[in-house]
Amino acid sequence: MSDRIKDTGYDEWLDAIEDGSGYYLQSPAGHGSLPPRRVCPYTGSTELTETPLPETGTIETYSVIYVAAPGFADDTPYATAVVTFGPVRLTGIVRGADPEHVETGQTVTVGVEHRKTSDDRVVVFRPA
Amino acid sequence: MKTVRVAGVGLTHFGSAPDRTGRDLFAEAAQRAFDDAGVARSDVDELNYGNFMGADAERQSHQAPIMADAAGIHCPATRYELACASAGVAVRAAVRTIRSGAADVILAGGMERMTNLSTPAATDALSIAADSLFEVRAGITFPGAYALMAQAYFDSFGGDREDLAHIAVKNHKNAVPNEYAQYQREITVGQVLDAPQVASPLGLFDACPITDGASAIVLVSDSYATENDIDAPVTISGTGQGSDRAALSEREHMAQTPAATAAAEMAYAEAGVTPDDVDVAEVHDCFTIAEVLALESIGFYEPGAGIGAAARGETTADSDRPINLSGGLKAKGHPVGATGGSQIAEMTRLLRGDHPNSNHVSDAEIGLTHNAGGTVASAVVHILEVDK
Repeated sequence: MSDRIKDTGYDEWLDAIEDGSGYYLQSPAGHGSLPPRRVCPYTGSTELTETPLPETGTIETYSVIYVAAPGFADDTPYATAVVTFGPVRLTGIVRGADPEHVETGQTVTVGVEHRKTSDDRVVVFRPA
Repeated sequence: MKTVRVAGVGLTHFGSAPDRTGRDLFAEAAQRAFDDAGVARSDVDELNYGNFMGADAERQSHQAPIMADAAGIHCPATRYELACASAGVAVRAAVRTIRSGAADVILAGGMERMTNLSTPAATDALSIAADSLFEVRAGITFPGAYALMAQAYFDSFGGDREDLAHIAVKNHKNAVPNEYAQYQREITVGQVLDAPQVASPLGLFDACPITDGASAIVLVSDSYATENDIDAPVTISGTGQGSDRAALSEREHMAQTPAATAAAEMAYAEAGVTPDDVDVAEVHDCFTIAEVLALESIGFYEPGAGIGAAARGETTADSDRPINLSGGLKAKGHPVGATGGSQIAEMTRLLRGDHPNSNHVSDAEIGLTHNAGGTVASAVVHILEVDK
């Protein structure tokens, strides 16, 4: 990793996913959210518990990006997807599959890898 | 509630003018608005100015006092930023201030200078209207975010790229006579479908262009118009605003835009009208799918029913309720921080009868403008009415 200043809460969350121990924040009513967060966005509860992410998720929607921002210029074309893991959704890049064959409803796992364009980390989904 | 009138509107040509400074663009729009209004600059109580990416494009934050100076007015000046809805919320704030009695004359509008940036730099600057941690760092671009919504729409409700292409074709056709439009030329469904992909399922012709331009609106109280014998037949009778979570992943439904529904319901209630009363609308079609989401959010169609509206001819210039007679963001252009004001300017011209497309809505009395920020984490809706 570069020596950039951390985003506390978010970077620890990426660390956990990278280690295979990803989590989300669960409120007493069962709602999920992602860190950094102090209150449940649905109920306002401050009792947020780190809860393991399900092993696999389901692609809810996707797009193949052909024209990227400079930070992802060398990654194109790549498929981005929004994936449901229990009560939360994660957004990331799909790898391990032809981007043009990604579809809604596919089952994927989540990890953290590096961009091709830079050393920055990115949430990555792979077919389960 | 005090009546707020549109005394005058001014626009620059929308297009590519990379060498023109933001202050020159806004000064031109303001000059036209003052000429149109017949209101003295010395009577202006406030400037409400919209801008999104000036810090990137011109290395210039704190733009409002610079724009007041450029426009030749001396009054409190404030910048409003709500991504692509920046000028919309600047107008909304002006309406509410005049209603409160705190001001009689406000200059509202906005400016965006974009084409002085390279396309990658502009793409980067636009992308940060999305959630930085959970979307931008996942490789989401502005077109990519709307592409995710389009795919979610297709999966939930059906429809296809050809349905969307008809929206682009319609809005290009509307732009042909509009002297302010970036693209005064028609395109075909085949051209849209054959264009290079940007972010599937959206191609280059599903997207609005990158645009330089400015808008300015002189808003006055009813009493000021009467006392100063100002001819201002168009009123803003309703204003509404809604917000949503920035990241698409955090929305309940990724093919619906409840912030715009909330804004529309607020504006309808203030004006005392229903969706069926609206004769003509300008909606935020930054991408073709965005026009569909807009029409459904403001109650013109049920969720899932708006996708084929353009293909069926229900929103074309010769239909009962034309949508985006200006050409919309798609063909007229989208200088981000100016767009919300441009919509008000175009609707005012349409209702007054001095727009090149006014002949399509000669009996229209009620118009609606829908201005969205990001993937509609922000939305501003206005209802305009003309004295008949």
